[in-house]
Amino acid sequence: MTHVSPADEGVHIAASSGAVSTVWVEEGSWFDRVPRSVAMAAIFVLGVGLWQLVVVTGIVSPIILPSPVETAEQIWFVGHNLLTGGYMLTSLWITMKEVFYGFVLAIVLGFTLGVIVGETAFGERALMPYLVAFDTMPKVAFAPLFIAWLGFGIESKVALATYIATFPIIVGTAAGLHAADENARMLFKTLGASRWQTLVKMKLPTGMPHFFTGLKIGSVGVMAGAITAEFLGGGKGFGELIRIASTNLHTARVFSLIIYLSLVGMLIFMAVVWAQKRFVFWQKSSAVMEH
Amino acid sequence: MERRVNAVPHETESAAQDARPIYVLTDVSKVFPKRNVHALDHINLTLREGSFSSVIGASGCGKSTLLKIMAGLQPPSEGSVMLDGRPVLGTRDDIGMMFQQATLFPWRTVIENVVLPIEIRDGKAAARAAHDQARELLGMAGLSKFAGAYPNELSGGMAQRAAICRMLVSKPSVLLLDEPFSALDELTRDFMNMELQRICMERNATVFLVTHSIPEAVILSDVVYVMSPRPGRFVEEVVVNLPRPRTLDMITTPRFGALVDRIRGHLEMGVLE
Repeated sequence: MTHVSPADEGVHIAASSGAVSTVWVEEGSWFDRVPRSVAMAAIFVLGVGLWQLVVVTGIVSPIILPSPVETAEQIWFVGHNLLTGGYMLTSLWITMKEVFYGFVLAIVLGFTLGVIVGETAFGERALMPYLVAFDTMPKVAFAPLFIAWLGFGIESKVALATYIATFPIIVGTAAGLHAADENARMLFKTLGASRWQTLVKMKLPTGMPHFFTGLKIGSVGVMAGAITAEFLGGGKGFGELIRIASTNLHTARVFSLIIYLSLVGMLIFMAVVWAQKRFVFWQKSSAVMEH
Repeated sequence: MERRVNAVPHETESAAQDARPIYVLTDVSKVFPKRNVHALDHINLTLREGSFSSVIGASGCGKSTLLKIMAGLQPPSEGSVMLDGRPVLGTRDDIGMMFQQATLFPWRTVIENVVLPIEIRDGKAAARAAHDQARELLGMAGLSKFAGAYPNELSGGMAQRAAICRMLVSKPSVLLLDEPFSALDELTRDFMNMELQRICMERNATVFLVTHSIPEAVILSDVVYVMSPRPGRFVEEVVVNLPRPRTLDMITTPRFGALVDRIRGHLEMGVLE
């Protein structure tokens, strides 16, 4: 034999020395074997450390960038206010209501329009161009209009949140309806299934992963919509708190409020991921945006 | 049809030869004007009750188109398709179909997949009532233990067996099979072919199989139709007079080899033309 494979070599070594094992463990880089919790903590420490360094050197004014300690104090303050049922809790509640109603409306609208676009030639050819036109409009510019139409209450915020979150859900639903393969369609045709049966028993379940991808993208946009509308249209939500703190150059407060908002945003996202695991149980999914 | 060859001397003229014709295709042609393709050219075909026939040909010779026309999934451009004395105008209850992929739905358990045809035709209550019958079919296919499992727990061969059960649950009189086992490995495929034969013999089912495997066509069929492409037509009809039930041992016999050679010769001629 002219060619010596690694296995042959291993056997040879083992035979001659009598001690060397031919079983070897493939080792990845140590960097890739760091436990997730340790890695996340390391990134956190590194980030905060850099932040502190920038503040300590005095390159940046504390009005522009407060120190981590100051921010932590504000996080504590805001957290305390929230937990003791202070005025911030009332604000958070208002914002969460806007986000909730906005998301529910976006799901209903997005799903309905998505089915029309994905299932009918009419929807795909005639309706979709209009929907795309609506989506490409700068949505924030509609905020003053929504306020003029719906007033300074939560309705105008819900409207903008819905507007921003609807389109990804339309696209997700419609894409899902196109996801069924040729064989599944032929099977349903040979079984004599009606259009409604084909939609409900085959196309919609097949498209669920796409629908949830749309939901995930929408869930991120819905918070942005509510807060933007609060900036522009008053009200008593969290956006208003941020606006006031910002006007007073209380940057550490702004930071801490944003962090609490991001927590709420993450909760919504996790709820969608949980729902996906529950309803699309046959698909292995992760928290990352993937199909 | 140019020639009719009985490759093996008549020793036991197949009983199917005398059975009543159940599927009759007369001068069926199919043209796709947009792509300027003449997919089928004056196909004449008679399937008798309880017979097993195969059509074999290179990719793109129109055999899948033929199957779709027979199933009522596509209209022919010309000619007529009669099944059990009635013209095929759209899909029918008495036709069972199977494809290369098992096409089980992952959100339904195996048994829910099997009763799907009943659920679509007669509703959920009827589907529940059919569970006993479905369990019986799954038992026959060796899948009793997997009735409540989800399809992603099944191997490829098991999934195809579940698909067979689904096809049989509505008791079709004719089975149209489009390369049903070509995605499986060869050992599983041989096994599945023998299973298919057993099931068909038990039920006296009329079967039409599309395949590109010559040994598969020969081991299963009473008649093998060799198809040539552009335009798709039958160039040869080979009667396989091997006794039933067929066994895998027959593959090594000279008779089997002669039949395979004859079919291969015609296929190669078609390719070279």
